[in-house]
Amino acid sequence: METINYQNFRIEAENICVDYNGKVALYDANLRLKPSQICGLVGMNGAGKTTFFNALTGFVNISKGKIRINGESVRSAQKDQTIAYVPQNEGIDSQFPISVWDVVMMGRYGSMNIFRCPRESDVQAVKDAIERVDLTDHLSTPIGNLSGGQRKRTFLARAIAQRASILLLDEPFSGVDIRTEKLISELFIQFKNEGKTILLSTHDMIHVREFCDLVLLINKTVVAYGETSEVFTPENITTTFGGISPDFLFGPES
Amino acid sequence: MELCSFLTLDSFITDPLTHEFMRKALLMSSLVAAVCGFLSSYLTLKGWALMGDAVSHSVMPGVVVAYALGLPFSLGAFIFGVGSVALIGFIKQKSRVKEDTVIGLVFTGFFALGIVLVSKIKSNIDLHSILFGSPLGISLSDVKQTIFICLLVVILLSIFRKDLMLYCFDPRHAKTVGINVFFLHYLLLTCLSLAAVVGLQSVGIILVVAMLITPGATAYLLTDKFDNMTVISVLSAIISSLIGIYVSFWFDLETGGSIVLAQTFIFLFAFLFAPRYGLFKLKKLFAGYK
Repeated sequence: METINYQNFRIEAENICVDYNGKVALYDANLRLKPSQICGLVGMNGAGKTTFFNALTGFVNISKGKIRINGESVRSAQKDQTIAYVPQNEGIDSQFPISVWDVVMMGRYGSMNIFRCPRESDVQAVKDAIERVDLTDHLSTPIGNLSGGQRKRTFLARAIAQRASILLLDEPFSGVDIRTEKLISELFIQFKNEGKTILLSTHDMIHVREFCDLVLLINKTVVAYGETSEVFTPENITTTFGGISPDFLFGPES
Repeated sequence: MELCSFLTLDSFITDPLTHEFMRKALLMSSLVAAVCGFLSSYLTLKGWALMGDAVSHSVMPGVVVAYALGLPFSLGAFIFGVGSVALIGFIKQKSRVKEDTVIGLVFTGFFALGIVLVSKIKSNIDLHSILFGSPLGISLSDVKQTIFICLLVVILLSIFRKDLMLYCFDPRHAKTVGINVFFLHYLLLTCLSLAAVVGLQSVGIILVVAMLITPGATAYLLTDKFDNMTVISVLSAIISSLIGIYVSFWFDLETGGSIVLAQTFIFLFAFLFAPRYGLFKLKKLFAGYK
């Protein structure tokens, strides 16, 4: 284990930069995550959280740096269904005419034939995933008729059905009910035990303390990265949020 | 075309069928409507209505140039249709002008170029039939070409039905699981250009965008399932084009306009009376009586 082996890391992002038509969204960002690690991605709106996710999934191209997923390129990670992305509720057209079942089935598309005909195993994977997020009663419900929490769970089920080893979650706790929050927390523990790697963005500082082994504070670039207990300090948070005191963010009691 | 001759519904329907040009018009317009209706589900969900308008207008110079050079007009239309979108993307990326402005100025520019070319190239191009459609005067070579394009679009859409749905719904997920989003984007654009070409024969360049969005919008009000949406969209498109042609035959009206007007009326009907999403929310109303 002396030699640096990429296989040790699920995600390895080295000095990555992303710009949109010359506007820099993210620069010199680094991240290394191993199996069974949960990392919180914390930053202001526009700090580059979604851009970071987009770079890791290959949805945007990086202009500089290197990303390795399980030691391989992003493209081969896409082919291997390695990464699952769970979008923010706002990032989805909730009026799209599609049922819970069909959304979760989309998690299987990448491993199906060109016509996307579900095999027995795909149907089973979808069933299991929907059961894990407790939506079995809503198989054919259009997503427009779901609550925010149920919709969140639908997309989580899609990620489960995909059998990805890396989960990227954009604001998994925003706009969800208590029941969903509890269910997601339980799933995180299960995912960790299964050896999955999780990167989640959040506004809620309490969740970071609760679940995240590691935390990545960003403001266009990495402000601080490391063990939550060491890095998640009021000073670092203040820097991340551009000088706003943590009192304001946490509320006076913390 | 005497009004007194359709005393019965039977003769209203069968009399026009005695004319060959009417049989051809009904058949071809239904086919074209079906294809546009199929595509319409995707365009309305993707939010490409303005894009549809842009592409359909931009094919104009392509059609004129192709006619002048003796090439299949679909080829010219296709090149200019896709070209306009590429140009829109380029200008948007390289300037600070907002997207809808870029779309508006590019397609009107192309359209104007088409009109100028028609006036310069003295040929047998009938400007009126390009602008307003001429389903009653469609030639045999046009029929063959239309059938070929329609089949091509239907086959492409059928093969990539689910991928295109995913692309419209959540392109980020599509990309994450290794589906070629770039390909799907251009596939949808290609189908849009081709549908615009065949659609312009029925209702003309100015109104073809209606064929590409109205059936989809109607269907969207009536269902929560994507497959049903496609079926309803295709059916409403076919029914409108049949109604439009019959009405234009009996009342001596512009055919293209009649077809689109029929679509608009069907949309309005759905807008008012759709069980769940209509203005009057009939489903709730009836549930209240129980």
